[in-house]
Amino acid sequence: MLDGIVSVATAAVRSGTPLLYATLGELLTERSGVLNIGLEGIMLMGAITGFAVVYATGNLLLAVIMALLMGALFGALHAFFSVTLRVNQVVTGLAIAMLGKGLSGFWGKSYIGVVASRFEKLPIPLLKDIPILGPVFFNHDVLVYASYFLVIFLWFFIYKTSPGLTLRAVGETPEAADAKGINVFAHRYFYTIVGGALTAMGGAYLSLAYASMWIENMTAERGWIAVALVVLSTWDPLKAILFSYLFGGIDALQFYLQVSGTTVSAHILKMMPYLATVIAVVFTSRERIRKLINAPTALGIPFSREEEVT
Amino acid sequence: MLRLERRSSTNPGLQVVISILTVIMALVVVGILLFFFGVNPFQAYKEMFLWPFGNIYGFSDTLSKSVPITLAALGLIFPFQMRVWNIGAEGQFLMGAFGASLAALYLFPNLENRFLMILLVSVFGVIFGSFWAAIPGLMKAYLRADEIVSTIMLNYVALLWIDYLVYGPWKDPQGYNFPMTKFFPDAAWLPNFGQTQVHTGVLALPVAAFFVYYLTRVSPWGLKIKVIGDNEKTAWYTGINVNRELFVAMLLSGALAGLGGALHMMGAQHRLQHGFSAGYGYTAIIVAWLGKLNPWAVLIVGVLFTGLLVGNEQLQIFFGIPISLIFVFQGVVLLGLLAGEIIGRYRLVIVRKGVNADA
Repeated sequence: MLDGIVSVATAAVRSGTPLLYATLGELLTERSGVLNIGLEGIMLMGAITGFAVVYATGNLLLAVIMALLMGALFGALHAFFSVTLRVNQVVTGLAIAMLGKGLSGFWGKSYIGVVASRFEKLPIPLLKDIPILGPVFFNHDVLVYASYFLVIFLWFFIYKTSPGLTLRAVGETPEAADAKGINVFAHRYFYTIVGGALTAMGGAYLSLAYASMWIENMTAERGWIAVALVVLSTWDPLKAILFSYLFGGIDALQFYLQVSGTTVSAHILKMMPYLATVIAVVFTSRERIRKLINAPTALGIPFSREEEVT
Repeated sequence: MLRLERRSSTNPGLQVVISILTVIMALVVVGILLFFFGVNPFQAYKEMFLWPFGNIYGFSDTLSKSVPITLAALGLIFPFQMRVWNIGAEGQFLMGAFGASLAALYLFPNLENRFLMILLVSVFGVIFGSFWAAIPGLMKAYLRADEIVSTIMLNYVALLWIDYLVYGPWKDPQGYNFPMTKFFPDAAWLPNFGQTQVHTGVLALPVAAFFVYYLTRVSPWGLKIKVIGDNEKTAWYTGINVNRELFVAMLLSGALAGLGGALHMMGAQHRLQHGFSAGYGYTAIIVAWLGKLNPWAVLIVGVLFTGLLVGNEQLQIFFGIPISLIFVFQGVVLLGLLAGEIIGRYRLVIVRKGVNADA
């Protein structure tokens, strides 16, 4: 029984990691007041970019860098439309999702069924021997460990540093930030680009470590789940890791249940994260609650120095 | 430097030009990709346009497939006009198809009267389509729950629900283990026009367009949702029950998407099957935008845009080009439209240093 729990928990961390990267990326973007729902497309672009680079060069570090750059490029595209042109961010995000899905599928056509090198498991000495926690958290690849540091860094950055305060101001009260001489446009560009890069990292984790191959649409709707996870985690990196692993755990659990011969249909089990998200969105939606959970007030509203955009 | 300046008025002619330019731009982008794939883009495009519009089989396919896409797009006009982002047409379409299958295969399988059967199956499509829109509609109207997230999530729930049925309890025992139900009874097949492959469900398109036109442009209710779309606060002050109208708009949207599901089942598909929707509900979003939320424009754009998709599918068969190119095409069209909206509303002015920009 304990073995079962440990193996599900370990799998939860593994399958929660791509969610975590994408959630952290979108969390930053949304903190600056920009809504990017195109995560699914950006993750796919990250996955294929990473895989294509590692297939061509065998260099995993280069693959990660190129995936990050590709994500940054898509983030910049989203920023151009939502910050400079100030068009509807939902529809822009949808277009980004379609573009990423299409381009990755087109580009990835020749990479189906080939193998390349991958991030291997790198157990951390001593820590890995801690009962339960050791195998669950310290018996993974380096990208998982990097995500731990990223969570701590982002939490510290957002809540404890001066640039973090500026970031929150830009997302909460852009007019006030602007009056104080903060360049709202530049900040929103920057965080949408960084958010895109981190999101692509989530995709790259799938093709470079989790599955270590390219499959069309291999993100399997994780990008859409991540959009919801940002809301659930109330834009807090520490809660983001919690919810990412929870949803990763649901993923792992249904696999485990299937293996153990449950009579519940796999399709019904797969509905769980989506239904959970719908229910969670209800709980986090009341105006009072939104204030309580620190939703960025100006989220999705383009900033303009001229009169109200109609 | 360059600066965006608001135009004093929007020009409807310019909007049409922008929509056309957008599609051309998307074709150029896809053309470049085709070139890299080793296909002559001009030859490919000739095939892509001749098949859906110049070939009787291709044109039949276009008209048939335009039914679910255009109906869903027409439905989206209601919530979109209120700035409620129903991304759930796909799920509502799927649930409509589910409702239709439930009626045709399980509730009234022995009904002989074709007219009554088609009517009942359509009604069930409408009921389940609007039911699926009612959930995010209620959540948005009375709980302020974000409709984007909830509608997207419900799309996947609907997709999994269909998969559950066709892989499980509804699987055709004589279907060689393929994930699909058995065929609809004869009475639930929409007749075709004469000897063509075009099913009579196409007739629903102009009727639905008129219905949407009447509700949004003629009826007093249309004025209400226009006020809500312009400014929600003003709407409340003038005594409009924004929550109720929002819910009604979602219901209507889901009803049309669901009807599309039922007609697609009875006219083209004739059975529920794994993966039978090629993202029609998502395409509908683009069609609604391309048509600028005008029901008559959406009607025309719906057929033309479906033609482009059918042409794209033909490219896949003809040149072995990956089907994912369709998504690239749709994504670029959508981005072009968004940019075009700005061109329609603003103009680019060159501001010289030292010169007062307002002068």
